[in-house]
Amino acid sequence: MFYRESGDFSTTYPQDSQTFPIRFDRYRYYAVLAVAFLVIPFIINDYWANAVFVPFLIYAIAAIGLNILTGYCGQVSLGTGAFMAVGAYSCYKLMTAFPEISIVIHVILSGGITAAVVTLFGLPSLRIKGFYLAVATLAAQFFLVWLFNKVGWFYNYSASGQISAPERSVFGIIVTGPNTEAWAKYMICLIFVTLCALIARNLTRGSVGRRWMAIRDMDIAAEIIGVNPMGAKLTAFMVSGFFVGIAGALFFSVYLGAAEVGESFGIDKSFLVLFMIIIGGLGSIFGSFAGAAFMVLLPVFLKNVFVGGLGWPTDLAAHLQFIVSGGLIIMFLIMEPHGLAQLWRLAKEKLRLWPFPH
Amino acid sequence: MPEQFLFATEVVLNGLMAGVLYALVALGFVLIYKASGIFNYAQGVMALFAALTLVGIMDGQVPFSHLINAIFGTEIHHFGWHVPALLAILLTIGVMVVLAWAVQRFIFRHLVNQEPILLFMATIGLAYFLEGVGDLMWGSDIKKLDVGLPQGINDWIDVTTFEAFGYGFFIDNLDISATIVAIILVGALIAFSQYTKQGRALRAVADDHQAALSVGISLNFIWILVWSIAGFVALVAGIMWGAKSGVQFSLSLIALKALPVLMLGGFTSIPGAIVGGLIIGVGEKLFEFLIGPMVGGATENWFAYVLALIFLVFRPQGLFGEKIIERV
Repeated sequence: MFYRESGDFSTTYPQDSQTFPIRFDRYRYYAVLAVAFLVIPFIINDYWANAVFVPFLIYAIAAIGLNILTGYCGQVSLGTGAFMAVGAYSCYKLMTAFPEISIVIHVILSGGITAAVVTLFGLPSLRIKGFYLAVATLAAQFFLVWLFNKVGWFYNYSASGQISAPERSVFGIIVTGPNTEAWAKYMICLIFVTLCALIARNLTRGSVGRRWMAIRDMDIAAEIIGVNPMGAKLTAFMVSGFFVGIAGALFFSVYLGAAEVGESFGIDKSFLVLFMIIIGGLGSIFGSFAGAAFMVLLPVFLKNVFVGGLGWPTDLAAHLQFIVSGGLIIMFLIMEPHGLAQLWRLAKEKLRLWPFPH
Repeated sequence: MPEQFLFATEVVLNGLMAGVLYALVALGFVLIYKASGIFNYAQGVMALFAALTLVGIMDGQVPFSHLINAIFGTEIHHFGWHVPALLAILLTIGVMVVLAWAVQRFIFRHLVNQEPILLFMATIGLAYFLEGVGDLMWGSDIKKLDVGLPQGINDWIDVTTFEAFGYGFFIDNLDISATIVAIILVGALIAFSQYTKQGRALRAVADDHQAALSVGISLNFIWILVWSIAGFVALVAGIMWGAKSGVQFSLSLIALKALPVLMLGGFTSIPGAIVGGLIIGVGEKLFEFLIGPMVGGATENWFAYVLALIFLVFRPQGLFGEKIIERV
């Protein structure tokens, strides 16, 4: 009743090929954007920004990036953490080397640098497939983390080996450094997320995306019908690297403020982002958001229940969090291998008929 | 003989010993992969879980004491008895068999016929789950594991080599016993798969699932069996690594050490796991010894991966892996 397609007529080609052809979907999308841009910035406080919204938005970008590579192109990557580190460190180097240039340009440039690095590590994918490739991306994970730890140039030879974001502003509003207001952090991440999601959504709908999906479904068959596997795989690595790099740059400069590579960008991060796209749904932009929201909210929720509600010690809650997230992954894979995105699709099917079953 | 050469020889010997331990972990991966096509990321965590359980049983710890104390406000920690090592090992094997059954019954039975990559992700979930359960059951503090294996420098080798070359080799007794145990284990596994009915059934399943089914082999039983064997191998690896560096979270990271070994040797080959383990063990120790000081050390973390990666570009199925044939 609420969700319906009837009465929705396309009279022009652009109308027919728009992102959300169904009116209800389109209005829902505008409503979400309106709330995100016009309501939340005015009511957000430090706790909500730091614990929920900012990590959610940044992980959403990373999840979109990994989803393009794994969900759309079928190349499993376990190096996301290190690729985020590439974004973070290039952002840091750019911020300190060219302080007069806007941070927005630095973030985009770090995305570009990460894209180049990820494409380099994607080269073996032309020879290696499946598990072998997944393990091969671990080489990137360990090598890059080691590199950022050992080579002083990357962290400007600081004594602690950490990198910390200097204060930078956009249009006179401080967005990095300790004096940043909650809403400013939120807004810069939101703007990047919106743009990234738009780009990703349109890329995956277009010919590039269809080539990725052909490679994912069966690479040899795709090659026979004229998809260039090298081009498709490398563009997937490149685009994925660009998004992951932006996520890494924002994660370091806006969210963390100061980072140490082994701790902030270790292999745990790779798995976290991988879990996000599994739980959210492989091959779905909405799924990337849903998965990121789920994995960001889960620890907050569990902590509030176990520590805040039941008064248990924090380490116990941390162990239970491992059990719950591991169990949920397995449960999702068994019950709904296509993730939250599929649940949403099913809900829409149900809503279409509700409340009349036929 | 020049001193540098003697140092290098010592490094190679120690690398071989480390390689045996890597091979031990890799073996567990290969067994499960061959029999069920599941790439079991949780193998390292299984080793940690087995070692934790062993220590817990030996010390008479109360399982889940932490959780029980938090819920009921009690203060229980130990039963107050000590279990001899051999009995504790037997009990731990029992726990691992139960775990194998549970994994098969509650996870992989529901995932039959899914894509391999989904199965792989399920094992990552299993790894997180087991890690949490292990910590919750036995506590997350670092524990000492002592099942009576000899430890410390081997004096005989030290003295003999000193008399022969004027330089005493440092070789840990624990590494020697690990090598012996690994050789026995591999021998036992080969004997099991060659001469017993279940072993033959296991090889049949590894060759072809459907053909094995059609001659009346129970896939379910074989899968539980192979997860139990992998659990047993994990226990052995857990004992060896646990005795070496204490039972703690980092033990589960040996899975990450075993992955390049697998890539190098091929996912489907037991000799591959052993040869790969030795190559990686020697390679990373030698690289750290020769090149490490020039680039700032701690190269052991990534050297194995990069070596395996370069290797794979030339031989995508690893040293001994089955040739990958793709059909449309």
